[in-house]
Amino acid sequence: MVTLGIFSAFTPQNVLYLLGGLGITVGVSVISVILSLIFGSVVGIIQFERLPFFSKFVGTINNVIRNLPLLLIIFFVYFALPKIGIHLPIFWATVIAMSTFESAMLAEIVRGGLESVDIGQFEGARANGLSNMQTMIYIILPQAYKRMIPPIISQLISLVKDTSLALGIVLAEMTYRGQIVYAQNSTYIIPVLIAITLVYFLLNYGLSLIARWADHKLA
Amino acid sequence: MNLLQDNFPTFLQGFGYTLLSSVIALVGSMILGTGFAIMQIVPQKWARKIGNVYVQVFRNIPLLIITFFFFLVVSKYIKMSGFTSGTVALMLYTSAFIAETVRAGILSVDSGQMEGARANGLSFAQAMQHIVLPQAFRISLPSLGNQFINLVKNSSILAFVGGLDLMYQGNMVAANTFDTFSTYIIVAIFYLVITLPLSYYMQHLERKLKHAA
Repeated sequence: MVTLGIFSAFTPQNVLYLLGGLGITVGVSVISVILSLIFGSVVGIIQFERLPFFSKFVGTINNVIRNLPLLLIIFFVYFALPKIGIHLPIFWATVIAMSTFESAMLAEIVRGGLESVDIGQFEGARANGLSNMQTMIYIILPQAYKRMIPPIISQLISLVKDTSLALGIVLAEMTYRGQIVYAQNSTYIIPVLIAITLVYFLLNYGLSLIARWADHKLA
Repeated sequence: MNLLQDNFPTFLQGFGYTLLSSVIALVGSMILGTGFAIMQIVPQKWARKIGNVYVQVFRNIPLLIITFFFFLVVSKYIKMSGFTSGTVALMLYTSAFIAETVRAGILSVDSGQMEGARANGLSFAQAMQHIVLPQAFRISLPSLGNQFINLVKNSSILAFVGGLDLMYQGNMVAANTFDTFSTYIIVAIFYLVITLPLSYYMQHLERKLKHAA
């Protein structure tokens, strides 16, 4: 029964359909990565700068978002926001939900990275006549990012894995398309699940090898 | 706030199932994770290999896929509900992360501790159990706490397999009342009741450990 499934589950049509899903998975991931790197850095710097009131406020919101399940945020963006007049297509709802959540996670990494830079670096830069902004851009951020690369990459790995949650709002990404394929025939379940697992694994294992290489190179 | 009053038992039941699943998965993944962490550092090469493969596999595939595997495939041979398959998947998935955390903790314990214990006549297992692991757990407590927060958040995956958890009940209430906005806000508050205090406590612990070092 199972062997039968292996041979008939992967017709060219089904394989192309699954690969299309992989395209959407990668698309959501890439856009969310870029957006959350930008927002995460900004929020992390705001928290680090300890501006009166504002930093506390941003930090609290960040903590709330970080401590919610991503699935809930996805449902909220897609099902609840239309109630207050914000209608988003599925793809963008997923991107916005993922970017919001991952920005909050990355902000925490950025804040930690900035705090790990020695205070003497600030004082030295300021004493040499650099402005606060210049110190941040030329002295602190380059050192902090070096240390942040491994945790940021493992966060990206969870981002790729978490795109599968968009199945909940019927985004046609890889896991969802897998479901469609094995709905045709129950003998397809095992081969399709294994194939999807392999694709995710290769994608993420590749990323984790980069993380290990970066860790090794920078340590 | 009528919505909360009318559906309070439903939310509470979901909250209970979320907590139950999280605690079971936590206990299971602590045991499994510690086991795999030790496997990765024992002298035997084959054991290290197995431990490493286990961690790499479960860390790099989505929790949802593991859940579906138990719900659709394993449940054909061993009868299990959505709640059970979700909780087992959660346990295996989290154990890989806990293995990494505990392994890092063990490695950060000074190697002289192990050598001293062995020199005093303790076996590898005894030295591990009585000398190294207690110190390793202390060091990795903040990261373990963060893993538990992730676990609580990830338990929302049960909603996909009819696991009766908070997210599942929230979806039910949202579908029945059409008031998605208030429902999801209430669900969010229920989650935050567990995760937010834990998160602040872990930040506090981290700061304390940093000062102690």
